[in-house]
Amino acid sequence: MSSVDKTDTSPKRPGTYASILRMYPYAKPAMPRIYLGMVSAMLAALVALAIPQVLRALVDGPLKDGDSSQIWWPVGIVLGLGVLEAVMIGLRRWLVLTPGTHIEARMRNGLYAHLQGLPVAFHDRWPSGQLLSRAVSDLGLIRRWFSFGIVLLVINTLTILVGFVFLLNINWMLGLVFVVCSTPLWIYGYVFESKYSSVARRSQDLVGDLATTVEESVHGIRVLKAFGRGPQALKNFSLQAEFLRGIEIEKAKAIAGIWLWLLLVPDVTFALSLLGGVLLAAAGQITVGGLVAFFATAIVLRFPVESIGFLLSMTYDTRNAADRFFEVMDSINTITDPDAPKTIEKPAGRLAFRDMHFRYPDAPQRYPDLLNGIDLELEPGETMAVVGLTGSGKSTLTALTSRLYDVTGGAILLDGVDIRDLRLRELRRHIAMAFEDATLFSASVRDNVLLGRPEAGDADLADALRIAQADFVYDLPQGVDTRVGEEGLSLSGGQRQRLALARAVAAKPSVLVLDDPLSALDVDTEALVEEALRRVLASTTTLIVAHRPSTVMLADRVALLEAGRITAIGTHSQLLGTSEHYRFVISSLDDEREREAREVEA
Amino acid sequence: MSVVGVEGEERHDFSQQESASIRRRSLALLKSLLQPLWAQVALTIVVVVTSTAAQVAGPALIAYGIDSGLPALLRQDWMPLGSAVVAYLITGVVGAVLIAWFTVLSARISQTILLDLRKRVFQQTQRLSLEFHENYTSGRIISRQTSDLDSIRELLDSGITELVQGGLYMVFIAIALFSLDWVSGLVLFASLIPLAFLTRWFQVRSQKLFRRSRVASARLIVQFVETMTGIRAVKAFRKEKRNEKEFGGFVEDYRDINNRVIQLFGYFDPGLILIGNVTLAVVLLVGGFRVADGGLAIGALLATLLYTRQFFGPAQDMAMFYNSYQSAAAALEKISGVLEERLSVPDPTRPIDLWQAKGSISFEGVEFGYKAGRVILPAFDLQIPVGQTIAMVGSTGAGKSTLAKLISRFYDPTAGTVRLDGVDLRRLHPNDLRRAIVMVTQESYLFSGSVADNIALGNPEASREEIIAAAHAVGAHGFVTALPNGYDTDVNKRGGRLSAGQRQLISFARAFLADPVVLILDEATSSLDIPSERLVQKGLRTLLADRTAIIIAHRLSTVAIADRVLVMEHGCIVEDGSPRDLIAGTGRFSRLHAAWRDSLV
Repeated sequence: MSSVDKTDTSPKRPGTYASILRMYPYAKPAMPRIYLGMVSAMLAALVALAIPQVLRALVDGPLKDGDSSQIWWPVGIVLGLGVLEAVMIGLRRWLVLTPGTHIEARMRNGLYAHLQGLPVAFHDRWPSGQLLSRAVSDLGLIRRWFSFGIVLLVINTLTILVGFVFLLNINWMLGLVFVVCSTPLWIYGYVFESKYSSVARRSQDLVGDLATTVEESVHGIRVLKAFGRGPQALKNFSLQAEFLRGIEIEKAKAIAGIWLWLLLVPDVTFALSLLGGVLLAAAGQITVGGLVAFFATAIVLRFPVESIGFLLSMTYDTRNAADRFFEVMDSINTITDPDAPKTIEKPAGRLAFRDMHFRYPDAPQRYPDLLNGIDLELEPGETMAVVGLTGSGKSTLTALTSRLYDVTGGAILLDGVDIRDLRLRELRRHIAMAFEDATLFSASVRDNVLLGRPEAGDADLADALRIAQADFVYDLPQGVDTRVGEEGLSLSGGQRQRLALARAVAAKPSVLVLDDPLSALDVDTEALVEEALRRVLASTTTLIVAHRPSTVMLADRVALLEAGRITAIGTHSQLLGTSEHYRFVISSLDDEREREAREVEA
Repeated sequence: MSVVGVEGEERHDFSQQESASIRRRSLALLKSLLQPLWAQVALTIVVVVTSTAAQVAGPALIAYGIDSGLPALLRQDWMPLGSAVVAYLITGVVGAVLIAWFTVLSARISQTILLDLRKRVFQQTQRLSLEFHENYTSGRIISRQTSDLDSIRELLDSGITELVQGGLYMVFIAIALFSLDWVSGLVLFASLIPLAFLTRWFQVRSQKLFRRSRVASARLIVQFVETMTGIRAVKAFRKEKRNEKEFGGFVEDYRDINNRVIQLFGYFDPGLILIGNVTLAVVLLVGGFRVADGGLAIGALLATLLYTRQFFGPAQDMAMFYNSYQSAAAALEKISGVLEERLSVPDPTRPIDLWQAKGSISFEGVEFGYKAGRVILPAFDLQIPVGQTIAMVGSTGAGKSTLAKLISRFYDPTAGTVRLDGVDLRRLHPNDLRRAIVMVTQESYLFSGSVADNIALGNPEASREEIIAAAHAVGAHGFVTALPNGYDTDVNKRGGRLSAGQRQLISFARAFLADPVVLILDEATSSLDIPSERLVQKGLRTLLADRTAIIIAHRLSTVAIADRVLVMEHGCIVEDGSPRDLIAGTGRFSRLHAAWRDSLV
């Protein structure tokens, strides 16, 4: 369904090394152990390379002479070296593994914190499946790379180089054959990056898109079921998954390419070395022991050589994962605490909009600002209803008060202080909101309601629940301690809305912002809620978005939002008398009269 | 406690019997995934066996080159050395080419398996009832389809190749070693005993940890998804710091378990190397003595040493991939659980077709409760004739939505039957059911894509004109054309800020386009402003003229277009009649109506 092409947003991709280096701050605390791990891995490799040297001495000495009594010593040394290798490898693992998991955890916490800080506009733009795949699979890749990829890559390369020295040392001519023959590998290593890396990146992005589709299919399950569109959703998903499969096979082909070289080159080299070795031995240039040592050393190098393939692909995967991680981390948080924050000692709750403008960043130039110069002032304790047509910007207006978005012109003042001069935490403590989509979290009813004031007690909880007419919670299996499911799915829309209202009330803010808070309630409940709300509203400044006359009745004054401006302010009856548009928006009496007229006719 | 389906999913202390049944179910799933691919699998096996055999020939050829080639060369006979070198070249090239081919072949197989599995889980997710989804939570089902499938993918990506190839390699090497020098072969054989113990130890320990790691990662994902979807509330109520702490806890749990798993591996891997190196020393000792008294050639000793070293080389690889196997196995357990989950609203096995539904609904002795013993709707009968428009009224929780969900078959009744045109809904073909009955709820979820795509969900075959006509009919055309790209505006880019009312209008247009004979509107106008609602109702008047409709609404204005009103209370229908009769009466509805009239201005 969606295809987020994040690759194109950065015109120039940083190099692999640069990408990986960016993770250094997260890896820094782990680096000493990783370095030590490299040292022990190197020791293990050296020990493994030393074993053939003992073999050479054994073959050229006791075995040639047929002296059985001299065999014990060299075998003892081989055994000792073998044990040492195992110990060194154990040490390497012990040193490196735990820090790798810490790097992963640090990056994951960092990403989560950053995402929570990023403005709502960012989340509007980014499907959460893409974020999820970054937070889970990509960071898993990074952990594995730090846990052994980086160590093995460095050590195996070093081992190969050191191995070359050993081989040259055993016999320089044979050694040279080996070194020369392996050059294609180094060349292919470079070519491989271009073949593999971009395909791998596409696959990672597709995995994120797939996660988005999965997420939507789960969150939108009711709609899909209601229209019987499950099969269609499956078809869309299948297309995406099949596309991913194609990319994955392309990736496998790139890997097969490097595998071919990694296996072919050593085999050819071995064959040539065999030819050369036996020739040299025949000419007396090398001892049989030397030949044995040569092949024993060469075989030790086989694993490091073969491993280069998957270590490289792993490194490129990691680099892509790091790129994807930093794409999110590089998103600048535009809504932050001010450098020199002011504070409101005694909030009275005077909320003022001064020539306030707002437009969404991706709105085309030809459109006027969605909110085009709002001037509105709420006295402390006053309840102001905002009325306007669907899509006139009422919800946006409410979201601006707690800086979910920032105004693009003018200012919003709370008790005379520009809200951008307040710390976000303070601002959001003063202003509490109830949204039209009532989001509940997987937590108890109590935690959900006391979200804005966790320190509040049972009395406050009960009070808030009573005002919102949410007594139904006491009938839930564990009362207020019942966990309401994710998004409160197991509660009805009306129940969720009441909990969201209770949440706003329980926060005891100086300004309440309610976005059509009673839309899902039935008439009886609505009347009861309104009755109870009046008490709260009497002492709290309230901005309330209203669609119904009954909600408007709660307000002291009404502001009419029309074409991005407040075109009329007054009491309900004043506006009914003076504003044509207001009558159009709020009154259903016309219908009633019409209907009654018809009924009379009939 | 049972472990059927997803039950007991978060446990990790299964009894032997439970473990066995879970393993059986995973294996059955695996088998069913592999079955259609048997030909490809067979080819792949042939390729890998051949290539491995070619590769294993190497050390034996070296031995031959040294032991026979060298003395022959001294006699000026080039043949043995020459043939050894040529044979080495051939086996080397063949081995390498085949392995590369094998890599592609096995990727094809594993990607096909993965695709199949993805589709199956996706489809199962769609088929599972709402009841299941409400209990299981979306985060968990998402984590099944993302991180669990990821770990299977990881295994398939690299693991299977290594596992199969490594396993074969070891077998071939053992064979080669035995035929070259049976004494060394015996030594190698003896080394398998500690190897088996070590592996078993690792398997038992790691399995438990891997299960826990799946659970821990699912928790992490649930919290992550919830935060990102509820980001507005998170910010408005300053939940960030608390979330960070909570999430940090989940991250730490997951890290800790992961760490323990790989630490376990940190014993396993050096253990393997230790066994390998000790074996090497023993082979050297046993061989050395025989070389010294002439019982064994030097070249043969070298070959036995090379084989021994190579035998444990892939063992390490395999251990590494055994790791991903274990993690994938744990994931497969969870996935097979979801796939095993019984559908509580199953598709009929022998569906009845209903090409042209008329739209009469009847409830016969229907009773419903979500859980046994908690009856929501006590037994009742209800007839809704073709073309009738019904308004359902009653306080929140009276059971109106539940009744509506029975008609749209989101749930099946616990007793009795719901029929459309006389056909039991449970036997009706799902396509016919969905074409005939459509329900619009107050949650108007939009999928990413354009506005037009979202409306077209009601009828994917609809033309652009029909889509626009539907939007016109519900009064959505105005605001849609005002969007930056009109009907092609991506709701993903603006979805966050289409107002609830606008989203409701879009889902209304969806229903309009679907053109069902039975339309259920559950609070579908709750977020609309009055002018929009007026337009919608005007549209409804035409829309509902020739179809059956059930409208649940708090705003009694809807009643205006109803032929019949049902008043519900505590799951029972307490009043039933034409609006005029009920208003004229003294019942609950007349009181409600009077109160509502007063609220108008």
